Amino acid sequence: MPINLKEIALKEERLVSGHRLCAGCGASIIVRMVLNAIDEPVVVANATGCLEVATTIFPFTAWNVPWIHSAFENAAATISGVEAAYRALKRKGEVDRDIRFVSFSGDGGTYDIGIQSLSGAIERGHRAVYICYNNEAYMNTGIQRSGATPRGAFTTTSPVGDVIPGKPQRRKNLTEMMVANGAKYVAQASPSHWRDLMEKVKKAVATDGPAFLNIYSTCPRGWRTPDNSAISIAKLAVETGVWPLYEVEDGKYKINYKPAKGFKPVEEFLKVQGRFSHLLKPENANILEEFKKDVQDEWDRLLRMEEATNK
Amino acid sequence: MKTQIKRIAIEGNEAAALAFKQVNPDVVAAYPITPSTEVVQKFSEYVANGEVDTEFVPVESEHSAMSACIGAAAAGARVITSTASQGLALMWEMLYIAASMRLPIVMTVSNRALSAPINIHGDHSDAMGARDSGWIQIFSENVQEIYDNVFQAVKIAENPDVRLPVMVGYDGFITSHSEEMIELLDDDIVKNFIGKYKPKYNLLDVDSPITMGPLALTDSYFEFKVAQAYAIDHSLPIIKKVGKEYGDLTGRYYDTIEKYKIDGAEYVIVAMSSTIGTAREVVDRLREKGLPVGLLKIRVFRPFPLEDITNALKDIKVVGVLDRSMVPGSFGGPLYHEITSGLYHFDKRPIVQSYVYGLGGRDITMDHIEKVFEELVDIGKKGKTNPLTYIGVRE
Repeated sequence: MPINLKEIALKEERLVSGHRLCAGCGASIIVRMVLNAIDEPVVVANATGCLEVATTIFPFTAWNVPWIHSAFENAAATISGVEAAYRALKRKGEVDRDIRFVSFSGDGGTYDIGIQSLSGAIERGHRAVYICYNNEAYMNTGIQRSGATPRGAFTTTSPVGDVIPGKPQRRKNLTEMMVANGAKYVAQASPSHWRDLMEKVKKAVATDGPAFLNIYSTCPRGWRTPDNSAISIAKLAVETGVWPLYEVEDGKYKINYKPAKGFKPVEEFLKVQGRFSHLLKPENANILEEFKKDVQDEWDRLLRMEEATNK
Repeated sequence: MKTQIKRIAIEGNEAAALAFKQVNPDVVAAYPITPSTEVVQKFSEYVANGEVDTEFVPVESEHSAMSACIGAAAAGARVITSTASQGLALMWEMLYIAASMRLPIVMTVSNRALSAPINIHGDHSDAMGARDSGWIQIFSENVQEIYDNVFQAVKIAENPDVRLPVMVGYDGFITSHSEEMIELLDDDIVKNFIGKYKPKYNLLDVDSPITMGPLALTDSYFEFKVAQAYAIDHSLPIIKKVGKEYGDLTGRYYDTIEKYKIDGAEYVIVAMSSTIGTAREVVDRLREKGLPVGLLKIRVFRPFPLEDITNALKDIKVVGVLDRSMVPGSFGGPLYHEITSGLYHFDKRPIVQSYVYGLGGRDITMDHIEKVFEELVDIGKKGKTNPLTYIGVRE
């Protein structure tokens, strides 16, 4: 499915300007790319979070598509209800359009508080695309650690103290959990690689069953980065191997980005973000080593999975 | 118009499921929990046998059950679910959201005690924990009423002037697992009575996109809440109208309250759900002995039928309010609080005594109720109430 930049530039925006997301926020860029990649009418469910509060301050809305928010931990359950209603009403001839269903949650709403409802919805097999815009912490409440926060990162609940310098734990591998959960299409994407992202959305939407996309989303406030670096930092995450781009279709792994000359040093990614600045100090060299090992281990694992599932 | 009568013996939960089947909703999203499990179980049999057109969403928790109901109702579907106790407690967050989003979801609740200690038996603690959630709350005395209340709940909830969720309660095990003879309605009678659900807005109308569940700040949140309060307040006449229409159809008329031998009564017990059946027998017995006793059944707890209740009670000498739930740290049960508040504004008002009974399914017997009436007579003589009294508890 070729994506033509000229054509997509002419499409009507489904998330319009005027919302109150921060300058340089990855979430709105991701939502525009995702919804632009879908040709069919779409209904969106949104978990509580930055995206939800900043786009729907009553009496305004930035959404040009039907949209529902009910609570934080249940975007997947909510969209599963919408999708069930669609199936029932379509069967009865009360709805005639082909409609697609998408949920957007942050990493809090997917990795942590929303994992149960997401897991249940995927197990039940609703045809919907569940999207995590992953900025690696609870940003809406002011940058607290989440299960997606990488090892060593500063957040306000994993502060850089004299005894504990940042988050001690490795991040949860949610993408892999979604594969194990039985989602028919699973992928990691980054807005820096927009064509790859939009192609993945198209595949996810075409999947007759549950699909999950984990999309890397820069947060200037939380990551302590300049407003104009949303895309460049997301790109560095991919180019250093911190955020591998890959997809799993019916259990088959495909790595979408393999640098010919190897990955850039992880430090390139870390040094442009205030949340990691302490990791580059000599006294934290051991944490830096662990961080690098996390990245390497995941990459090695993906290579093995790709090989094993494509024999 | 009285229709041809079909009678069957059926348990409370199965009667709820049968009523669901006859409503034939678009979506049922539910999670099993004792003592309401059979509702979901029986309904999934109807689905598996193709006896309904419903999309059944067997969710992974009650929180997701209500979340999926909210999504489905927002998409324009007619939606029903069922729960009890801890399940209702887990849903608590979503109950408020369902009501505030003005979604006409119908839910039966086999009322059960709340943990801890864990207890699966009947009391009203679960429903009373949800009394401020914005749901309409109707309580059923027996199996027939469960069946009848489900249809009325659908019609009330979907009334364009109401558009609120409705909870139909009945006593866990005592009614949920009791087999009783009930009268059934024909499917087409049910269909005509509830009509077709036509929501004004829905998410599947992709050509007219709407935003549901926005952020409302200090400048608008209050207005949303007051509009919602207005809707539930004004649902009272609609609840009465639906109860009358149902009566015209079936011969079984329903109101917000039910008075039993209140005319000429000086001592009246107020209660809800299955205890009414027991108390009715006691009233008959004591009346035969010449004691001026009566009974007031509260069928609708939310919206609180203030005028109906105060009119029924204001000329009574002594009233005993029986609550099957408690308000720890306060001085009476929820029903007692509302009734005494309602009577406060009358110059002439009864003495009202608070009782809490039956927690965790503890039996309430005819002897207990007879003793309550004896106490009410004493209180009348003393002219002064006793402290909150627990019925049938070892102290």
